[in-house]
Amino acid sequence: MSVLELHYDVPGDDFTRAGEASSAIKNKLKQIGIAPDIIRNVAIATYEGEINMVIHANGGTIDATVDANAIALVLKDTGAGIPDVELAMQEGYTTAQEHIRALGFGAGMGLPNMRRYTDEFELKSEVGKGTEVRMKVYIKK
Amino acid sequence: MTIGDIAKLLECEVLCCADRLQSEVHTACGSDMMSDVLAFVKDQAVLLTGLLNPQVVRTSEMMDIICIVFVRGKKPDESVVALASQKNIAILSTSSRMFEACGILYENGLRGGASSGGVSVSAGGA
Repeated sequence: MSVLELHYDVPGDDFTRAGEASSAIKNKLKQIGIAPDIIRNVAIATYEGEINMVIHANGGTIDATVDANAIALVLKDTGAGIPDVELAMQEGYTTAQEHIRALGFGAGMGLPNMRRYTDEFELKSEVGKGTEVRMKVYIKK
Repeated sequence: MTIGDIAKLLECEVLCCADRLQSEVHTACGSDMMSDVLAFVKDQAVLLTGLLNPQVVRTSEMMDIICIVFVRGKKPDESVVALASQKNIAILSTSSRMFEACGILYENGLRGGASSGGVSVSAGGA
């Protein structure tokens, strides 16, 4: 398989459009014949990341690279950053405010879900500069 | 159980994708928290929720959920129905409350995930 590279800008001001990039990635992976369970893992990981970008960071970018072995995902934002990454990775921990919870998010499951559904997960964050999440979902295990 | 069976059992109004009524549903999940829905993979699932925003459809799309039942007589606005229609996700609305709706489906054999024998990894779902 040749390498496929996808890039999406996630707008930060529009919650109703959050998920469009993840949807586009999902459709591309379907078109090139990736297995449904692998596509679903990628879709959940990118979608949670996309929601995080919209809620916490005023948007960001998603890059997906597909080769014969894996789907590599890089999510970047220039938001406020995460002061305590270990704490942020705990299930149920959230800093989202009530109006976000009313939208069905902010249960403190976003980052844990991203780790849960990917084979490799790395998060780097600097307060005041932003956050970068690198993930891989293996096509061949 | 089919989507059509759910529509009958919960006396639902079908808001879109009536052509999917014959589709089989294997598992169900009832929640207003989308991240909880995203935490547990289910096979051919239906989502019961009282949340009305477009992210309910987006979440369902990511999880390959094929039917959404809005409880307590709630109906999403046209843009949400249009998005679901585009994603081929059936939208039903029932006057039953969440607890009652889940109970009726459970009583009629639908389960949370562990017993589906599909790709489900947990019986979770709030």
